[in-house]
Amino acid sequence: MIDERVLDRTLHAALRAGGDFAEVFAEDRRASSARLDDGKVEELTSGRERGAGIRVVRGETTGYAHTADLSESGLREAADAAAAAARGREGETTVVGLERRDVRPPHEVRVLPESVEKARKVEVLERAEDAARAEGDAIRQVSVSYADSRRRILVANSDGLLTGDDQVRTRFFVQCIAVADTGMQTAMEAPGLTVGFELFDDIEPEEVARTSARRALTMLRARPAPTGKLPVVLKKGAGGVLFHEACGHGLEADLVAKDASVFRGRAGEQVASPLVTLVDDGTLAREWGAYAIDDEGAPARPNVLIERGVLTDYMWDLLRARKEGREQSGNGRRETYQHLPMVRMTNTYLRSGDAEPDEIVRQTPYGIYCAQLGGGQVNTATGDFVFGMTEAYLIENGEITEPVRAANLIGNGPETLRLVDAVGSDFGTWPGTCGKFGQGVPVSAGQPTLRVAELTIGGTAGE
Amino acid sequence: MSSSGSTELLELAERVAGAAEVEAYVVRSRETDVRVFDGDVESLSVAGVEGVGVRVVSDHRQGFAWAGSLDPEVVDETLVEARDNAAFAEPDEWNGLASPSDFAGVELPELDVWRESLLGVSADDKVALALDLERETRAADARVRGVEYAGYGDAAVEAAVANSLGVVATTRRTMCSCSSFAMAGDGDETQTGYGFSAGRAFEELDATDAASDAARRAVRLLGAKKPQTRRLPIVLDPLVTRSLLAIIGSALSGEAVLKNRSMFVGREGEQVAAGAVTLHEDPTLPDALGALSHDAEGVPTRRVDLITGGRLLGFLQNTYTGRRSRSATTGSAVRGGFKSTPGVGARALYLEPGARGPEEIMASVPSALYVQAVSGLHSGTNSVSGDFSVGAEGLLVRDGEFAEPVREVTIASTLQRILLDVGEVGSDLTWLPGGGAGMTLLVTEMTMSGE
Repeated sequence: MIDERVLDRTLHAALRAGGDFAEVFAEDRRASSARLDDGKVEELTSGRERGAGIRVVRGETTGYAHTADLSESGLREAADAAAAAARGREGETTVVGLERRDVRPPHEVRVLPESVEKARKVEVLERAEDAARAEGDAIRQVSVSYADSRRRILVANSDGLLTGDDQVRTRFFVQCIAVADTGMQTAMEAPGLTVGFELFDDIEPEEVARTSARRALTMLRARPAPTGKLPVVLKKGAGGVLFHEACGHGLEADLVAKDASVFRGRAGEQVASPLVTLVDDGTLAREWGAYAIDDEGAPARPNVLIERGVLTDYMWDLLRARKEGREQSGNGRRETYQHLPMVRMTNTYLRSGDAEPDEIVRQTPYGIYCAQLGGGQVNTATGDFVFGMTEAYLIENGEITEPVRAANLIGNGPETLRLVDAVGSDFGTWPGTCGKFGQGVPVSAGQPTLRVAELTIGGTAGE
Repeated sequence: MSSSGSTELLELAERVAGAAEVEAYVVRSRETDVRVFDGDVESLSVAGVEGVGVRVVSDHRQGFAWAGSLDPEVVDETLVEARDNAAFAEPDEWNGLASPSDFAGVELPELDVWRESLLGVSADDKVALALDLERETRAADARVRGVEYAGYGDAAVEAAVANSLGVVATTRRTMCSCSSFAMAGDGDETQTGYGFSAGRAFEELDATDAASDAARRAVRLLGAKKPQTRRLPIVLDPLVTRSLLAIIGSALSGEAVLKNRSMFVGREGEQVAAGAVTLHEDPTLPDALGALSHDAEGVPTRRVDLITGGRLLGFLQNTYTGRRSRSATTGSAVRGGFKSTPGVGARALYLEPGARGPEEIMASVPSALYVQAVSGLHSGTNSVSGDFSVGAEGLLVRDGEFAEPVREVTIASTLQRILLDVGEVGSDLTWLPGGGAGMTLLVTEMTMSGE
């Protein structure tokens, strides 16, 4: 993307006025999407974006400037602006000669999105639409989208690092609205992987559509959710997001350093049930949050955060790791070149246990079986979280019975970790976009079927 | 950046739209973001962002492409790509660009939402404001033990729309804000509180106010307990009311209605809310921080009456939804930047304020829950079914006074019920950053889930 000599000169310029560290992050991103709504292929969109962000770190201060102009003069201007922002003073230039270090990606991408005819992308939309409509007349609206992106990045820094990555992601969404005299219900199913068009070798558009449609139909029969504290069984893959939000964020070193995490200073302590082992792993092949290197050039790697209930480590970016004199963990990410990197999760999952998933339900006299969670939110400083259940059922006498209407799950992260009292032997993941300080990055969250002894359900039953 | 900047954008937009049925939306913005921590500048980012979104409609088929660059070659490629994309879409008779005849007779609002002075503020002054904000947040109360976030941000945004049917429009606006998240408490308990100040010019910001708000809101939650589950009146803080109005606003979008994704489908003319509820959208009000003279299709904005005395009058429309619903655009096209086609949305939604302030409203009910913040709003509300269940932070109110704070509670109802249960709208209308206004709102009954 940028000539090595230009990178070298840009880094020198960035540090000319002093500073401890300088970095050039360049990105070339292409994206395309297609949407079918109301029986019609509404729109195809394509876009392209290219630019570089330059960071200069001096002491505790980071100066940042970005530009869409990748010429030497464009980069130079951004380097000067970043240096001025870092408020450096005259000092020694410390730029180590750049040395190319390539990292093998976790898996190969087989079918690049740009090599696929637009007509084939449209075809998967139509197949899904037909399958969803075939589930019955109560399905009134079907909206199907396809989205792919290819993101090539380059990182060069004053420590002499020069590396890059090529990240391809493809996702497929089917949203259905079902209507009956009980009201209107929406449902969504949206698988995505860090792969090209071969996503459709793994997932059948029709199957995704049927799952979405049946979920909407099921929710039509749902009765109001109960209110109060109940045991909650989370189906495999359905609840990973809860652990991502409620525990993962609190294990990000930047929030820990700011004393904005309930897990601060607790390494080595028992913070969770011994059944809980929590891992973040950017090398998990094909998963939505997978990559070869993070957006600071550090290789992705598996990081065990909680092992059998004991807090083992946090997740790190370059700045925090430098400060602590330790290795980066491959968790420094940014949404685009227009953003500063920070500590972010990749693929975060709770490791499988020994329990038979069905047995976990059988051993629950009365509770909630949650088959899909929607979005959620956590206050990392307090650990309090809220999640919407988008598909949930009552468990009565050890059996899954009636569906219940959308309601929130509310609880506290550390408390929930302690209350995990059964962990199944199965496993599933869920792709999503994680937001932090206004930046969204692709992540996945995974977990086996498991039970939390009690969570508060914010239902409306009894009105 | 000056008005000559806008002219230049307009020329670019007009050049792209040279062929029939083409629209170009061109944006250029300059942004600053300052974050401070522990008395130091944590980061200072300066950025210029520019880009173009090109929409082509041919034979009623629509295609779109965008590029994060105004380089003429890239813009040309984008046009080619948009045309190509159009060929794969299915025809829709209502597809089409805005035409000057769509808004003949609509008075163009006279708005000046650009403050040149903001561009002259030095980075040092912005940093100093953020540092003051952090220091004052800490100093505001001895129980504040830290500041999770303190920062300053500003943006100067210019946009131009031009299309081959003769619509040309430019808008430009400046905005700036500072905000702080205070952390109060010690040991096992931490509570957080948010404070902010926002305006169009740097001089309008008041860091002291933002700091004391953040501290006060965090400290008053200390000692929070989980209350008993029960039904009770709810008093919403202006910030929460604004979030609720935003959700109601999304269900009032003509797009949501056409696609059957709104609880208001087929309810025009009906009583959908209590008599106290009169809801307008008015981007022509100079005080509204979301005020803008033209929408994202270049159509002049205007006041739209959505609900009057509880009766649903109509919906927000862009060109497409206006035509398809046999009404007309209301100047409510919005875009999430140059990377998307125009959707429908509100910029300045507000409830007609009532006669009494928050103290009098709280004193009017024997006991209530005062909600100062909600979480899980997007996952917990469904503007189609109306289901509403969100996490809440706040305090119980007894005899008009704040009593004990609560934590880990949800409040639940349905949006339809909430609208019908509005007991009173406060007189304390405040325009908030990100659009819309907030005010204290009394909802006569909701379920609070706790123990």
